[in-house]
Amino acid sequence: MDIQKIITTKLKQTFSPSFIEVIDESNNHNVPKGSQSHFRVTLVTDAFTGKPLIQRHRWVNTLLKTELAESIHALTLHTFTSDEWMHKGEKVKTSPPCQGGGK
Amino acid sequence: MDVMERIDQQVKNNPVVIFMKGSPQMPQCGFSMRAAQALQATGVEFAYVNVLTDPEIFENLPRYADWPTFPQIYINHELIGGCDITLEMYQSGELTKMCQEATATA
Repeated sequence: MDIQKIITTKLKQTFSPSFIEVIDESNNHNVPKGSQSHFRVTLVTDAFTGKPLIQRHRWVNTLLKTELAESIHALTLHTFTSDEWMHKGEKVKTSPPCQGGGK
Repeated sequence: MDVMERIDQQVKNNPVVIFMKGSPQMPQCGFSMRAAQALQATGVEFAYVNVLTDPEIFENLPRYADWPTFPQIYINHELIGGCDITLEMYQSGELTKMCQEATATA
């Protein structure tokens, strides 16, 4: 099962994003090889207009509820409207390195 | 006391509290580390709960506020989000403002 593909498909279907990037960062973490456990998502859609960050994140978390319960261990979310994305200069910070916690 | 009450007490008794993996001094996860650093940078005093040393809280916190991941940051008895939101709010200055207000009225 390709989790990266599932995330991308689900988010595309719901948000019709003007930009989407889903990166599998599992290899940077303290997990077995091929884990598909750590992901970073950048999602740009005007569906987020007027919505506070917590609502945007809750929305994505709800869509990916099954994946979060079964396979995703960490999900970094960068959520923008097209306007915010333009002002941001279309760049996001990288995820932090693992500190070894395992669980 | 049941675990939901224990979580509730932490949230209600502390104007700013982070549920994290490890401690701010010795974080066990990069996301917890970054969120705790942002809180430290606000200069306000905050409480923390190490979810790795409390399996019951670790298991049940996600359903407390219907939020699936760690860390979780609560200001003024309300979930503000996880690591990403905390960092973005710190960068915009909102986090410092909220923390200062929460600790001032506490």
